[in-house]
Amino acid sequence: MNILPELQPALADLTERFEGRIEAVHAPRPNEVYFHAQMELVPGFCAQLYKKWNGRLVSLFADDARAFAGQPSHPSEEHPPLAPRTTPPAPIPGAFHIYYVFALDAAHGFFILRVPVSPAQPEFISLTNALPAVNWQEREIQDMFGLKLEGHPNPRRCALHDDWPEVCPLRKDFDLHTVLPPFTGERHKFREVEGEGVFQVPVGPVHAGIIEPGHFLFSVAGEPVLYLQIRLFYTHKGTEKLFENMPVTHGVRLAESISGDSSFAHATAFCHAVERAANVEAPPRARALRTVCLELERVYNHIADIGAIATDVAFVVANANAMRLKERVLRLNEQLTGHRLLRGMAALGGVRFDWGAGQIEAIRQCVAWLRPEFESLVRLIRESSSTRDRLETTGILKPQTARDLGVVGVAGRASGIDHDLRRDFPHAAYDRVSFTVPVYQEGDVLRRLQVRIDEVQGALSIIEQMAVNLPAGPTRVNVPTPPANRVALGYVEGWRGEIFHWIRTAADGRLARCKIKDPSLQNWPALSEAILGNIIPDFPVVNKSFNLSYSGTDR
Amino acid sequence: MFDIIRKSLATGIVTTDYPQTPAEVASQARGWPEIDFVKWRDARPAVAACPTGALACVDGGGTRTVKLDLAKCTFCGLCAEADTAIRMTNACELAARRKEDLLTTARYALGPAGAQGKLVATQRSPLATQPSNLDSIGTELKARIAKVLGRSLHIREVDAGSCNGCEIEIVGLNSPVYDIERFGIHFVASPRHADMLLVTGPVSRNMELALRKTYDATPDPRLVVAVGACGCSGGIFGQNYASLGGVDKVIPVDVYIPGCPPNPHALLHGILMAIGRLPEK
Repeated sequence: MNILPELQPALADLTERFEGRIEAVHAPRPNEVYFHAQMELVPGFCAQLYKKWNGRLVSLFADDARAFAGQPSHPSEEHPPLAPRTTPPAPIPGAFHIYYVFALDAAHGFFILRVPVSPAQPEFISLTNALPAVNWQEREIQDMFGLKLEGHPNPRRCALHDDWPEVCPLRKDFDLHTVLPPFTGERHKFREVEGEGVFQVPVGPVHAGIIEPGHFLFSVAGEPVLYLQIRLFYTHKGTEKLFENMPVTHGVRLAESISGDSSFAHATAFCHAVERAANVEAPPRARALRTVCLELERVYNHIADIGAIATDVAFVVANANAMRLKERVLRLNEQLTGHRLLRGMAALGGVRFDWGAGQIEAIRQCVAWLRPEFESLVRLIRESSSTRDRLETTGILKPQTARDLGVVGVAGRASGIDHDLRRDFPHAAYDRVSFTVPVYQEGDVLRRLQVRIDEVQGALSIIEQMAVNLPAGPTRVNVPTPPANRVALGYVEGWRGEIFHWIRTAADGRLARCKIKDPSLQNWPALSEAILGNIIPDFPVVNKSFNLSYSGTDR
Repeated sequence: MFDIIRKSLATGIVTTDYPQTPAEVASQARGWPEIDFVKWRDARPAVAACPTGALACVDGGGTRTVKLDLAKCTFCGLCAEADTAIRMTNACELAARRKEDLLTTARYALGPAGAQGKLVATQRSPLATQPSNLDSIGTELKARIAKVLGRSLHIREVDAGSCNGCEIEIVGLNSPVYDIERFGIHFVASPRHADMLLVTGPVSRNMELALRKTYDATPDPRLVVAVGACGCSGGIFGQNYASLGGVDKVIPVDVYIPGCPPNPHALLHGILMAIGRLPEK
């Protein structure tokens, strides 16, 4: 078994500690190690990884594998078990599987625990009390698979709204095209907040701005917010189910529509997963082009957010300038990929379009133009003391809270969470460029703005480093259809944070499961914490400083 | 303060003259796919490559009927990669008042081994002959709406389950580059203030009620514009347990703007078409 040397100490510790209870270990890729065990091992195993090895539980999801009844619970021929077992795993009847994906950032690898849930007893243990970061993900499993949570502090519906009939959309026996009765009744019973002078302010799902739908219920006493309840999943479109119902090549296009502002990042994470399942790697030039596109996506979104944060504190001149800059990047995107949001560029095994000398010169010119323009925009904001006054100490997310909630990406780095997949798990061509990861401890709106400013500057540098030194060669390799029942984890550090696509292949070039983890799903609960004690008029700017995707969360 | 004024003066005017001047799109941009129907030998590879079913063919009775539905097309260009008879143009102004106008149909005699024989008939989308088409306003009611709303228009944007791609481009309309306010058009915060609903997304089951309520809250006369492949037809999401498959499944639609997402020029074109304000060409 070929495993990264950095992962060996943790692996040795786990196999020794849980000897006999780990049924199988296999590593389809050196940085992706699977452990198969029974449900009772979950709390101990997770605690050990979390406390001793600083593992982050980055994704938690279920998979309906009941159709694989009678097969052993691990592909033993291909990946023989590492440690001798006391009892060989009996071929268990088909079951649901629950996967716990841990990122061991310092060791640059993923440990993934898989446990079965019997259809006869569809229950699983909740970790939320110990690990609040998994609250929504556990409830989503309960909703979408009909597996009951044991010991969850708030096991109410999350992904499906309250009026949905008793359906389990991600079970295999649920048809994608099932017609459900139209919406009636109640979406969600919110918690009552009572007290003298306390009142509630409902907002949404149709918002005042041009943004996505979601419902926010503020409980306020005077101006300060006491409690914020967030109801999402208004844009749930059956995306994960849809992935199981289309050829893998079409899945690339669907991945582009998971979250429009992260079209390229999501599509690339999907391609990464499929490529890993097929044991192929995109050629160097393709990885370089991917890197440039990922950074262009970062640049246009960060600039838009910087402008929008300025708007939300009534500094519209800065926003007008930011929109002007963003438009320039979108037009460059169009020149490079035929699409302003970089759609159509991602492809299995590489990228779809190569760039000629003219296009590379266009990149160089755009970066040369953008750099002083961006500095000028930053100066405009920095020198406006009234703007700074509104941003500093507003919407503080404390580092400890961020850690408890597993906050990732821009919001995490503004609250002391020093993680970035580009550095810790180099994908695309991030191992070939130099950049720094900005980290701040204060966790307020100003620092989330500052992380973006730093990252735009870093991105422009990465684009330049890549553009002057593009490797020659093909931009795409053929990706053979992987055999059925392969599993693979694809990952990309999108502009908002880490994106994971986990797949299990089916026969005939399709997928049996595609689990999408957008950073927004992880970060939304942090918004409820950051807004506490702030006034409602500051909510727009606090919300924008996180700028989480609704569609990426709801799928 | 002086710095702000100095910067604004130094920047100057950046606003496009569109629609007086042509849309500023790159030559690489992918818009409407143009099909050479006479040269087309076999539609099946392109149909198989299409991720949304915008390109579809049905064989029966010795003939093959091929349909290209711009309402579903995301302009990904995979059909053009699969078949040289298809060429991606960069035409983006494709809004239509009737969904049928987005449909092109061709009928072939069926040749040996599933290849296409003689082209029997084509019914082309009117957009094919006049991409920037300016059809006369259909009914008197429409004329009246244009008269009432044509000089100043308030728009409420409704995301009925979109991926946020359309929102990125709609926000762009408010940028100094496209500056929709130069037409007296303004985005408002409430449907009660709105003359037009600009609706994106395939209409998720969870947004259906909110969309209906928003429509009911918009005073008459009102216009509804469906934006993007999802808004026009459900797009890549189509119709499934959680997606209704297009805005017109829930409320009546006056203008369809195809694209995934439509760029700001295409959006402006569609909005101006809805209020009868496109210049004569």
